[in-house]
Amino acid sequence: MSIRERLSGNEAVAFAIRQINPDVMPAFPITPSTEIPQYVANYIANGKMDTEFIPVESEHSSMSATVGASAAGARALTATSSCGMALMWEELYVAASNRLPLALALVNRALSGPININCDHSDSMGARDSGWLQIYAENNQEAYDNMLQAFRISEHKDVRLPIMICQDGFITSHAVENIELLEDSVVRSFVGEYEPENYLLNPEQPIAVGPYAVSNYYMETKMGQRTAMNNARQVILDIAKEFEAISGRRYGFFEEYQLADADYAILIIGSAAGTCKDAIDALRAEGKKVGLLKLRVFRPFPAEEIAAALSHCKSIAIMDRCDSFSGNGGPLGAEVSQALYNAHSTALAVNYIYGLGGRDIRVEDFEDIYSRLETIAETGQVTDQYDYIGLRK
Amino acid sequence: MSATDISKITEKSKWQDITPGNQIYAAGTSREFKTGEWRTQTPVWVAEKCKQCLLCVPVCPDSSIPVEHCERQDFDYDHCKGCGICAKVCPFDSITMKEGQ
Amino acid sequence: MSQTVEIRWHGRGGQGAKTAALLLADVAFKTGMHVQGFPEYGPERMGAPITAYNRISDAPIRVHSNIYTPQYVAVVDETLLESVDVTNGLREDGAIIINTTQPKEAILPHLKGYNGRVHTLDAKKISLATLGKYYPNSPMLAAVVAITRVMEQEAFLREMELSFQHKFAKKPEVIHGNMEALKMTFKEVQ
Repeated sequence: MSIRERLSGNEAVAFAIRQINPDVMPAFPITPSTEIPQYVANYIANGKMDTEFIPVESEHSSMSATVGASAAGARALTATSSCGMALMWEELYVAASNRLPLALALVNRALSGPININCDHSDSMGARDSGWLQIYAENNQEAYDNMLQAFRISEHKDVRLPIMICQDGFITSHAVENIELLEDSVVRSFVGEYEPENYLLNPEQPIAVGPYAVSNYYMETKMGQRTAMNNARQVILDIAKEFEAISGRRYGFFEEYQLADADYAILIIGSAAGTCKDAIDALRAEGKKVGLLKLRVFRPFPAEEIAAALSHCKSIAIMDRCDSFSGNGGPLGAEVSQALYNAHSTALAVNYIYGLGGRDIRVEDFEDIYSRLETIAETGQVTDQYDYIGLRK
Repeated sequence: MSATDISKITEKSKWQDITPGNQIYAAGTSREFKTGEWRTQTPVWVAEKCKQCLLCVPVCPDSSIPVEHCERQDFDYDHCKGCGICAKVCPFDSITMKEGQ
Repeated sequence: MSQTVEIRWHGRGGQGAKTAALLLADVAFKTGMHVQGFPEYGPERMGAPITAYNRISDAPIRVHSNIYTPQYVAVVDETLLESVDVTNGLREDGAIIINTTQPKEAILPHLKGYNGRVHTLDAKKISLATLGKYYPNSPMLAAVVAITRVMEQEAFLREMELSFQHKFAKKPEVIHGNMEALKMTFKEVQ
């Protein structure tokens, strides 16, 4: 029996954390993720869960303590946003290279500067090469569902990599929406107990974690990480299938909306996908063959699957909610373009940057993008291959 | 996981044979790693001058001065790197440094 | 597409416009609707103008943009009329609800020729009469329910009473006053 509720995205993630009841949660507050540790601390104070909450003095410390707890054998997680994640930078790589299965509830927010508290993906996209799994949500429901699946994926013996569960700051984190929750007992049996094979607090088998690895070992270690990331593909799909059995909600690497016969496609991550769906319904009513690929799993990057799903499209807009300042486009633009190129795609692709620092994107903006895609396909000319949407000019 | 045999993890090991995250499932494995050959100077313990004050023991960065029954023993030359700190700290000139191994 | 009611709230940081939007989402949810309640964050400071939004629908809501052409606008603080374009995008077939101590005629010149319905409410009077303190939230919430008709007034009162009983479990003496504020608003809103 699912429970009909209305929660903000932060409340939903905190609720999931209460149900998971991890062993340790160190955290330091930062807008807009502050509510997550705040709600968790409340649950603990009210006896609803028995997680060891560690108030620390910085995000450098919160991730360090999460890494330490995980190495010790605990199921551990933390939460942060933006500059908080930037301060964790060193530990992000430590967590991944030490192959520690831990989680980060990330509420996406623009990085400074200029200082800004609102949503974009510059924080997590900046960490795209840190070796973490990354899963994104369109709404509070997906943030909740992704959080529940996080440890199953991260702790899988073929994976053992840290996982980032991302949602859009304020847009979903602070928006109250309807949601369907699972019962505690269902979640507990789905998530299960964490039984690490090796851990520092095991007196039977002392271990060393994080040894120095010189040039002669470093690349071999990285190949291990790469293989684990690759293994995560099947694990993510398997866990999604199990999750569907308990929730009725289906997840994969991405969601296709009206994509099967679409000539013009938008590829996007996060909350704006919902807005895009409303634009698609309006345009489909006019007979326009428009569709959407909403990417859920960014790490590992499902390149072949994306290229296959877009193989019939005439023109594609790859939408980035951050700029990489490469001078050529955003991170998603680069990776999707590579996927299309390797699949010998003949589609014309553009890379549009939108929503930086919380700049709103409306249904009308998506309608305009589809109209541009139609023109591109008809004329065969790509103008403004790399453009900003919603920019005053 | 059985204890890691670090003698089997070498600079010739393939990536498949490196443990995940380089974790080592064993304790005290640095004993197996003989760093004594790095030495260009060697401390020599002059036992008859030694008062067993033990000042040299804690300053050794490589724990290469074994202690038994509250008395220091001769150097562990398998691991001593010849840094000379023990000789510097000894108040009784009972450690001298000689060139080479 | 299904019918979605879109409401925009204007208030000042600390006055509870965001809370009112979340409360409306809450109570509409309880009557079986699909809801969104969300703030738009500018400077997070007491007294700064803030905007909050509601979408209320009989079908799931997917859109995640702000609301640009609301059917209804609620103004929690009349001093905002000077500095904020509160009728911007407001549909002519909709309505604006303003918390003010002034008569409607005095407000109209500030609405930039808005031709839709204009409703006023003296939330201060109601709040002081029923609660003895000035909390514009509850009266404004009731006024929005009365004008937008997103739910039946009786269902609203029933759900609010349950909500107050939960919220004020440790000080039940304030439940009556809050309920009176809602009921008085239904009579007073013009």
